[in-house]
Amino acid sequence: MALPWLKRRTYGTVGYVSRTGASRMGNAILKLGQELSLGKKYSSSRPAAVLTDTKRPKVAGAGKHRGWDAARALAERITTPLLPDDYLKLANPLWSARELRGRVLEVRRETEDSATLVIKPGWGFSFDYQPGQYIGIGVLVDGRWRWRSYSLTSSPVTSARIITITVKAMPEGFLSTHLVGGVAPGTVVRLAAPQGEFVMPDPAPASVLFITAGSGITPVMSMLRTLARRDQITDVVHLHSAPTESDVIFATELAELERSHDGYRVRMRSTRTEGRLDLARLDDELPDWRERQAWACGPEGMLNDAVRVWHAAGIDERLHLERFAVSKAAAHGEGGSVQFARSGKTLAVDGATPLMDAGESVGIQMPFGCRMGICQSCVVPLLDGHVRDLRTGAEHEPGTRIQTCISAASGDCVLDV
Amino acid sequence: MAITDVPAFAHLTDSDIESLAVELDAIRQDIEDSRGERDSRYIRRTIAAQRALEVVGRLMLAASSKRSAWWAGTVTLGVAKIIENMEIGHNVMHGQWDWMNDPEIHSTTWEWDMSGASKHWRFTHNFMHHKYTNILGMDDDVGYGLLRVTRDDKWKPFNLGNLFYNTMLALGFEWGVGLQHLELGRMFKGRDDRDATMVRLREFSAKAGRQLAKDYVAWPAVTSLSPGATFSSTLKANAVANVIRNVWANAVIFCGHFPDGAEKFTKTDMAGETKGEWYLRQMLGSANFEGGPALRFMSGNLCHQIEHHLYPDLPSSRLHEISVRVRQVCDKYDLPYTTGSFLVQYGKTWRTIAKLSLPDKYLRDTADNAPETRSERMFTELEPSQRRGLKSAIAAARARRREKRVARRDLAA
Repeated sequence: MALPWLKRRTYGTVGYVSRTGASRMGNAILKLGQELSLGKKYSSSRPAAVLTDTKRPKVAGAGKHRGWDAARALAERITTPLLPDDYLKLANPLWSARELRGRVLEVRRETEDSATLVIKPGWGFSFDYQPGQYIGIGVLVDGRWRWRSYSLTSSPVTSARIITITVKAMPEGFLSTHLVGGVAPGTVVRLAAPQGEFVMPDPAPASVLFITAGSGITPVMSMLRTLARRDQITDVVHLHSAPTESDVIFATELAELERSHDGYRVRMRSTRTEGRLDLARLDDELPDWRERQAWACGPEGMLNDAVRVWHAAGIDERLHLERFAVSKAAAHGEGGSVQFARSGKTLAVDGATPLMDAGESVGIQMPFGCRMGICQSCVVPLLDGHVRDLRTGAEHEPGTRIQTCISAASGDCVLDV
Repeated sequence: MAITDVPAFAHLTDSDIESLAVELDAIRQDIEDSRGERDSRYIRRTIAAQRALEVVGRLMLAASSKRSAWWAGTVTLGVAKIIENMEIGHNVMHGQWDWMNDPEIHSTTWEWDMSGASKHWRFTHNFMHHKYTNILGMDDDVGYGLLRVTRDDKWKPFNLGNLFYNTMLALGFEWGVGLQHLELGRMFKGRDDRDATMVRLREFSAKAGRQLAKDYVAWPAVTSLSPGATFSSTLKANAVANVIRNVWANAVIFCGHFPDGAEKFTKTDMAGETKGEWYLRQMLGSANFEGGPALRFMSGNLCHQIEHHLYPDLPSSRLHEISVRVRQVCDKYDLPYTTGSFLVQYGKTWRTIAKLSLPDKYLRDTADNAPETRSERMFTELEPSQRRGLKSAIAAARARRREKRVARRDLAA
């Protein structure tokens, strides 16, 4: 069995290159290493490698309270190389700010295929998020932490100390189905800090239009709850579509909101009987839509239509969008466009070329060691997209860390190098 | 001199080696496909238990001034450090648990409880030792630049101290491991890249400094507040715990590559090495020892050194079941599978180290057929009929040598 990746040689002249400042030397060393073929000379040469530093744990919420930081620094003297959190979390999983964690308090069924997860975050979680933002949530399934992003549906109230996300089970969505049907109260999940630009400012604009469909209502629900709490519902029109009436998430709460607030009007559309909302004919629904700040969230097609309509009207800046993109692995053996995030380079790579080789071919200093998949020197985070293990064919999903020497692109992907 | 041609030594054709690789790959695939909740629970519980054990050990040291409590605390702490370094640290840094996608149990984030920096270990061990296993001049683990562990190395008067150096290395093993990447020998000869060395020196001092401050300043100071302990009683206990860990780690690691039958190789073995040949080199260069579940656990499953070298990144908890299949593969290809009881294997490493402190003229065997190193030349005298496979050929060569000795003795008589 001829394995080209195994045969590549890396006899360089130095044993070790530190990561910083390595880019200059790196390529020269690499080239030299490849040129020094076997049999010629290697008596005094040492194999080269470029290692990344061991990533030290970050403490969420550090730097906010000087007293706590000092106590922590002192405690770390006796827990090094670990953090005090690493011991405390044995007593209570939420007593750790090393990784954001949360405990699922309740799973509340909203519709037949959607549910709201009420989560109590642990140490380090900051409740000053903005309505409309999403969080990453990591769930342990079959021994692996799997990550997805979901919009927060709760309103940022510091005193509440809980957050909620609402999840719709997608037919092909493995994790969403698990979250809706398989998570027991008490389960500990991992969290990533809230983020996203699809937010409602404070104070809110005088007139607002929400266009949502299906689970696209989730970020808007957080905005509505926040607007209601801040008493800022002056003139809000909400066009919401769902396949049938029983598929409408938060139906009761929306109806209650309409009853109690004169400034809030919601128009439900059952697409199975009434057909989809035609944004080109928005004037029929709402003549003054051009004057409103609009927030739209829903299926890709609807959002693309919205972009077109608002662009034609010359008011792109009044439209705010949230796309729920799900990246999928490409068909077996297909490559894709690989983006190296830190170096800002992008190139097309086939499905058989190791990502390490791809990066090196355009002059990026990739971390490397054995080049045969055993030493873990080359492990980097996969920010987006999928890659495939060339040895076993196993697919790796976004949010994992991958060995670039034995992984190839499986569709478009983004590496943190 | 050590093996220069792995296929010739192993008595296997290219196609044999190719199918050997396919069979070993299949084992990997089966294990990867079946990793799941049970494995992940195992490592999480092991980590929790280890941390609890460490806390218990520290508490015992603080709580009572009795001699028995001091020993109980010290040994508990030593055991906790052994588990942290071997079953957890070493294996996590190999990426054995990376598949869980847990940032807290990951090769890129793990820092272990010993003076050396994880980053340096990943270079010297994961890369240099595991890729270039037992290749003279490439794998620094062959003698750590200090011991003569194979007669392939030329004898120097310095080697007379072999037994003494090994004792010192065992007692201070964490420092040997931590300093390995600094390549002090090269540094003093001026053959290093000074900038790179300074970076490494800084990284090492930062890590070692924190470790020293913890075990010899911070913990003694904290426990001295308790009526049951004094600064010096805790300091001594921590030092002894570290030595317990050092001696045990050293013993386990030496049992992996220095007992009789663990082969050494030359750089020519690497020319155009295929995956199958790499697998072969790992199998021939490593040695196991036998033990029950407790010994397996306390050795970080490195009693399965052969399996660990074939699959450095598969979970340690699965090596035992892998070993059953690897033995079958060895039998099928008539390859030796070096193993023995822990005490016998460890005794053999000391025996070799003792013997090799002497110049070659006092040694009976040549580097082509010695307990610690052999080469394909050991088979030149054999008839083709005696050379079915490596294991049979070794047995035939051994029988032949015995016959010759008997004949010579008879002649002398």
